[in-house]
Amino acid sequence: MNEKPEKLIDKKGIRSDGRKADELRPLKLQVGVLSNADGSAYIEHGKNKILAAAFGPREMHPKHLAMPDRMVLRCRYHMAPFSVQERKSPAPSRREVELSKVIKEALEPALFTELYPRTGVDVFVEVLQADGGTRCASITAAALAIADAGVPMRDLVVACAAGKIDDTVVLDLYDAEDKLGAADVPVAYMPSLNAITLLQMDGILTMQEFEKATNMALDGCRRIYEVQKEALKTKYMVVKEAGEE
Amino acid sequence: MPIFFEKKQLVTPGELLAEGEYLPGENTYMEQNKIYASRIGLVDTDNKKVNVVALRAFYVPKVGDIVIGTVLEVGFNGWTISIKGPYSALLRASDVLSRPFKPQNDELSAVLNAGDLIVAKIASYDRAHDPQLTVGEPGLGKITRGQILQVTPTKIPRVIGRKGSMISMIKQETGCQIILGLNGVVLVTGKTPEDEDLAIEAIRKIEQESHTSGLTDRVTQLLKERKGKIEQKVEENKNE
Amino acid sequence: MSSLITKVRLKQIEQLLEKGKRLDGRGLRDYREIKIEQGLIERAEGSARCLLGKTEVLAGVKVETGEPFPDTPNEGVLTVNAELVPLASPNFEPGPPDENSIELARVVDRGIRESKAIDSEKLCIEPGKKVFVVFVDIYVLNHDGNLIDCSALAAMSALLNTKMPNYEIKDGELKIKQGYVSLPVKSRPITVTVAKINNTLIVDPWLEEEQVMDSRISMAINEEGNICAVQKGGSGYFTPQQILEASKIAQEKSVEIRKKLDW
Repeated sequence: MNEKPEKLIDKKGIRSDGRKADELRPLKLQVGVLSNADGSAYIEHGKNKILAAAFGPREMHPKHLAMPDRMVLRCRYHMAPFSVQERKSPAPSRREVELSKVIKEALEPALFTELYPRTGVDVFVEVLQADGGTRCASITAAALAIADAGVPMRDLVVACAAGKIDDTVVLDLYDAEDKLGAADVPVAYMPSLNAITLLQMDGILTMQEFEKATNMALDGCRRIYEVQKEALKTKYMVVKEAGEE
Repeated sequence: MPIFFEKKQLVTPGELLAEGEYLPGENTYMEQNKIYASRIGLVDTDNKKVNVVALRAFYVPKVGDIVIGTVLEVGFNGWTISIKGPYSALLRASDVLSRPFKPQNDELSAVLNAGDLIVAKIASYDRAHDPQLTVGEPGLGKITRGQILQVTPTKIPRVIGRKGSMISMIKQETGCQIILGLNGVVLVTGKTPEDEDLAIEAIRKIEQESHTSGLTDRVTQLLKERKGKIEQKVEENKNE
Repeated sequence: MSSLITKVRLKQIEQLLEKGKRLDGRGLRDYREIKIEQGLIERAEGSARCLLGKTEVLAGVKVETGEPFPDTPNEGVLTVNAELVPLASPNFEPGPPDENSIELARVVDRGIRESKAIDSEKLCIEPGKKVFVVFVDIYVLNHDGNLIDCSALAAMSALLNTKMPNYEIKDGELKIKQGYVSLPVKSRPITVTVAKINNTLIVDPWLEEEQVMDSRISMAINEEGNICAVQKGGSGYFTPQQILEASKIAQEKSVEIRKKLDW
């Protein structure tokens, strides 16, 4: 089951999974999939399958973690043991701890934390199947879950990665491209406010390549944002149409 | 000065609604002279104010609101009440008991115990403290019978209707007593479970279709139809 | 985790920034004084202490032998760990590494790893079976802001200080010869952190500036001026233009620091 492509991108600019340099993987988003969570969303992005849930605002447990003048956002990014090629231990890995932190920091700028002091919003992301770019897909789904919970937001947060494979800057790397490529640049963005809330890079890029990759990722973000808005509207549109019969 | 939406358009958080001379209303915010939606809902203007009627929101306490809550815990000098929002509420023993009391747990749990339902009013609330409730007015206190349903708090005004027209009509057609908690919890008490179920169905319909027009007529029709069926069934049962 | 900063202090910082100045007298683009000492821990194969203003980080390197990773059978292994020891700050509590120490370790790790600072192929003893494993342990001794840059400097200095026993591979056997060799180092990345307070960008935030900043972005840059790692942190955001500006600042500062350290 381990497919390692010979060349990541051929002379005609076609990648090992058939995509062009600026093509996104197939994307599917659904809002309101879990009845017990205050808000939830499910994303399929390429082979990634990720579930996100939001609870709150609600009282913080343990209480001493509550802040007197603001709402606290907590986030847990977790991968299921069967989500990757080699079974992953259920215990949180250092990578999951770091990703939980950067995902939280990507979502927090969207919230009006001063509105609900002494409360907390808990976001849980479960990666059911992983194929590269899970932190971006997680952020896109988590933002929908928070909006679905009725928590006021400045904007939806959307995320997408770009990177470099075989000397070409490309959009939306899947797992093999991430592992074998030269660099990966995940970006999270609030399009209405032109605000980048997550930006990481690992690999090696010249300044120009870094700028190109960042811009490409932002463009990917804007395209995914349209799908994100539609998914949110779709859940509530059904309600709207029911009344217009 | 530009407006970027149509009346009653469905908008998502972050969508640009207006620019310039408008004021940010419900579920919107302003940044650098631009007004954006902060929740998913239906946008409309009221004079110069841009409002979004949220399709999904939670209850934020306001002093004077009537709410229906559940007793979570019996404490030393009062009870912790869940009012289905981010904050739990407190009901002091001194508010309920007319005489000074000795703080003994047993005494309090005899008055109100975990799991009991109450109708109360928000007496005080500020950013630094959880809301405090009072039951010291007529119509407030422990609930002993009826059915409870939960409705999105933003829909409660629609259930009430203009000058209470909608809720009066439901009460009349179903013969039920209905208490609407502004926190979205509704108590329906009727003569029979069928009457209660009917009232609940009507309220659910309003919640689903709250943003549409002609709703009052449709609800009235639903109630009359169903009532007709109930009366028919009662007749059939009598004749057996 | 941060202690509450008074509103008066916050206003003071903001007002000074508008004039292009900082509380400790620095300009927006000035780093605090950098002092590096190497070789203080004889038991470690390599060590270095970096002082960045009052922020103090000690890094120790241990070299052992072990198995390579399955997907890189010809390369040595690098692992980076960081500890925010309780004596470094009233906000650090004893216990297993929290998200801040894990992020710190992973960001420093990426700067070293992606820049190929260590020539890991030279650390291969027997392909697929035995390689040298380089442990870098970052010990934060005093937190006065900008742990990332200080730790990266300490870690890199410790690697530059690392001596391994002189070895030879004969008939698949590891033979230790006389004397010592330096750890094979190919590149010396330098990490620069830029913080944003309101809409002003500053470098090398000290503790109080970190408590009021919106967000920070750290970039590891190698000798060619290429970027090997980027990490945005904090609960605020950057506009794309600010990211561009921050990368230019990072590149400039890395050249300056490189010259100062003679790397």
